[in-house]
Amino acid sequence: MSPTSTTLDTTTSVLGAPVPRREGREKVTGAARYAAEQHLPRRAHAWPVPATVARGRVTAVDTAAALALPGVLGVLTPYDAPRLGPSDDPTLQLLQDLRVPHRGWYVALAIADTLEQARAAADAVRVTYEAEPHDVTLREGHPGLYTPEQANGGYPAHREQGDPDAAFAAAPVRVDVVYSVPPLHNHAMEPHAATADWDAGSGHLTVYDSCQGTTVVRSVLAGLFELPEDRITVLSEHVGGGFGSKGTPRPHVVLAVMATRHCGRPVTLALPRQHMAAVVGHRAPTLHHVRLGARPDGTLTSLTHEVTTHTSQIREFVEQAAVPARVMYAAPDNRTTHRVTALDVPTPSWMRAPGETPGMYALESAMDELADALGMDPVELRVRNDAATEPDSGRPFSSRHLVECLRDGARRFGWPGRRPPRHEGPLLIGAGVAAATYPVYIAPAGARAHARPDGSYLVEVNATDIGTGARTVLSQIAADALGVPLDSVSVAIGNSSLPAGPVAGGSTGTASWGWAVHDACSALTDRLAGHHGPLPAAGLSASADTTQSAKQKSPYARHAFGAHFAEVQADTVTGEVRVRRLLGVFAAGHILNPRTARSQLVGGMVMGLGMALTEHSALDPAFGDFAERDLAAYHVPANADVPAIEAHWIDEHDKHLNPMGSKGIGEIGIVGTAAAIGNAVCQATGRRFRELPLTPDRVLAALEGEPTTAAGAAG
Amino acid sequence: MKPFAYVRATTLEEAADAYAAHPGSRYLAGGTNLVDLMKLGIEAPGALIDISRLPMEEIGELPGGGLRVGANVRNSDLAADPRVRERYPLLSQALLSGASGQLRNVATTGGNLLQRTRCGYFQDLSKPCNKREPGSGCGAREGIHRDHAVLGHSEQCIATQPSDMAVALAALDAEVELYGGGGTTRTVAVTEFHRLPGDHPEQDTVIRPGEIITAVVLPAAAPGAVSLYRKARERTSYAFALASVAVLLDLDDGRVRRVALAFGGLAHRPWRATTAEARLTGAAPQPDTVRAAVEAELAQARPLRDNAYKVPLARNLACQAIAALAHSAGPVP
Repeated sequence: MSPTSTTLDTTTSVLGAPVPRREGREKVTGAARYAAEQHLPRRAHAWPVPATVARGRVTAVDTAAALALPGVLGVLTPYDAPRLGPSDDPTLQLLQDLRVPHRGWYVALAIADTLEQARAAADAVRVTYEAEPHDVTLREGHPGLYTPEQANGGYPAHREQGDPDAAFAAAPVRVDVVYSVPPLHNHAMEPHAATADWDAGSGHLTVYDSCQGTTVVRSVLAGLFELPEDRITVLSEHVGGGFGSKGTPRPHVVLAVMATRHCGRPVTLALPRQHMAAVVGHRAPTLHHVRLGARPDGTLTSLTHEVTTHTSQIREFVEQAAVPARVMYAAPDNRTTHRVTALDVPTPSWMRAPGETPGMYALESAMDELADALGMDPVELRVRNDAATEPDSGRPFSSRHLVECLRDGARRFGWPGRRPPRHEGPLLIGAGVAAATYPVYIAPAGARAHARPDGSYLVEVNATDIGTGARTVLSQIAADALGVPLDSVSVAIGNSSLPAGPVAGGSTGTASWGWAVHDACSALTDRLAGHHGPLPAAGLSASADTTQSAKQKSPYARHAFGAHFAEVQADTVTGEVRVRRLLGVFAAGHILNPRTARSQLVGGMVMGLGMALTEHSALDPAFGDFAERDLAAYHVPANADVPAIEAHWIDEHDKHLNPMGSKGIGEIGIVGTAAAIGNAVCQATGRRFRELPLTPDRVLAALEGEPTTAAGAAG
Repeated sequence: MKPFAYVRATTLEEAADAYAAHPGSRYLAGGTNLVDLMKLGIEAPGALIDISRLPMEEIGELPGGGLRVGANVRNSDLAADPRVRERYPLLSQALLSGASGQLRNVATTGGNLLQRTRCGYFQDLSKPCNKREPGSGCGAREGIHRDHAVLGHSEQCIATQPSDMAVALAALDAEVELYGGGGTTRTVAVTEFHRLPGDHPEQDTVIRPGEIITAVVLPAAAPGAVSLYRKARERTSYAFALASVAVLLDLDDGRVRRVALAFGGLAHRPWRATTAEARLTGAAPQPDTVRAAVEAELAQARPLRDNAYKVPLARNLACQAIAALAHSAGPVP
């Protein structure tokens, strides 16, 4: 299909058609403008100054040298920065006090005519500190560990049913294992950036922000700068990825607004990659203690998943890594719990499928270990323990096709069952499987649909397209609901003046914005049906707001499921592990656009591959910061690491979701990938690895030792 | 913002004169490392003297079958040159295993030799580094040093030299031609070009202030000799070596007439394994013999807290590379 042949026969549904993304040409030709590329007249630049101690207090900031440099418009410090209004997020209370909660925390902001001048001014700021001893090392038994009330997402931190300890002790087959996932960083291709423009004359603030949702950015800025929301416009026409790290406002946008209010000119602040590890969030490290008890036929009798993690000194964020164990398998006696300790570290936050990603790595690795202990095919073990109702809540599933994903994936992949691994010279080759799950979330949204006399339609919704294809899919939903050709519909998104929409996060976007678009378009269709004669010059409009429907509590447990299959090779010479094949099958409701959906699912799987093999951030115990601060050190997979990846799906027909019948697909691709790869490495090598990533140093050390499992030893 | 002068040199003399005239100068060729370091504030030259247009872009034949590679030959061009691929396959392999296609299109032969360590402490102005700021201390020694040196490091510095190309050149016994101003030239063996850190880690190489690399000379390849470069890394491309090995092997009736073995990623310079070479010369390259010879070399290693893995990794790479070459060169008695 040529890129221009997008006109689709509307007698078949435009929903489910592989429509190319609407802004693709703008992006590949460089015409798409991102937040830092807003070349407003008289634009100035800002550059923040990070703290160089891991804990302590600022005792002085000497700005004299910086202010003497050419082009410098000002340097803001904790002593003189404007006081901010309240915000729920303490990481946004920037330059408000002298405390340094972690290395990299911003302690000053330089503003100058040019980017280079701002940077030079920032370098010339002299900050002195009263340093205190710091602690950035998470470990079991850390004296600061406590059980929080809730984990991220509002989940109770602790859940328990029956007597899991007694059931475990009585189980004929037991797995009692510990896993470790290091800190990880989102590192979207586009760094966090904002261009802020304060018009003192009109009292209006305009902000171009690289974010996952402008409605929330406007709301937070209104609180911090004590402005009414109708005097703030936040725009994000194009966003170069976020993966959760742009889900709420981050320091860059607050500092950009401070700067424009200080100098009365538009100001761009684009974070250098080297700062990002410390100030825009990371996936917190997690230590997992998983205990599975089973009968000889594989039926689980006891499941405990205990997670230990860290947060910062300024905000509690608890990676909800034990939560997926409440969804996956029926075990009558179970415990899922989280403990956290506040360390002198940057504040962790959302990274693609928070909770599910590390949690399912541990749970699905443990299931593989149980299959080993039982001598059972790991696919069959998962089928055996499929849950009829959601284990934690007892609610029926709106749809659950995990078994179908496993069966279909095994067939497509050519799953070898428990056949021994292969050799090719020094390479050991094995296969692994793991399951995936991700919840269905929905958030209220508004939308407006407008019919013009010329037969075209405009749909407005404050969605954000962070590279997913949201703009394209929303146009499909609109055309479908209006019953009109796709080409006649234009969609306006990425502007806080539009009807409010939630962030592009939690895999909620298409469902939430789409529902509002669907309702607005349906209402417009009704209006048009009742209208006779030509449309008035102003056209006809209809609006929708899904607050009522979205907030209605479903009697169903709603989750997407999936299965990953991986084939890997481990080099006995070097310990290098490479993925040869990766295949995922997902059951995620009705897939609205196979082209953009496949891209999302494959993208998630690649990110999971990185988590399994190459990505790690290390907290430097001596200096207190992350050692990997650029993309030469933080190894996201390169093209050569990404083999033939296949993503398939089972088209579910689930009436209990939303008018489109869709589940979110932005995150499930990463969930379980690392476990499938780790399980494949175990099968290939006969060694069980319980600490990610599987880098050559770890793998080689294990290969030089004795096999740790019976299963792989056969090879 | 630190202003600096930019001078475009059209001859070597002009370049050397400009260097002498501008305190704190740096020569600019591909700029793939220097410009990064300027952005990070690690390099702050008073002048950039652009030598990228000097006529040093030829790969010329030498009498006897060697090649003279001009300092401005791009890494991608050197890797693709049919004579290099034919006579020095390990050099082509080493170049292609480094950086990315885009970087190789710009990076030069001379610049590659002068690239600086990627040690995270060297690259972070807020942390101590004896290489960047003599006397400030070494942040890596007690910090994160999984990627750092196991051979030849000092109390002052545990950084590694990051070049893949230099490891192949060390095995090839290549020489570096230097122009020193006033028409003076000298030649330094690649194996002597990079230094061990000792008490002066700020000096990566023996190059003198103002000297310009004009060429790298590759001696004639021995007929029948075979060679290989192999690199272990965390991802399949665009990652520095955890360890690498360059091997040149010349067998005579199943016995080693000559072997050259160099390691990358282990030290402050390409590590020419002379102990192993001496043990292997004249021997049949049986696996046990090779392993014993390589282990004798690596017995000098002094691993740090978190990088002991590099010793078995380097050993395995060397043993496998020699075995593969011996196999391709003919039966071992």
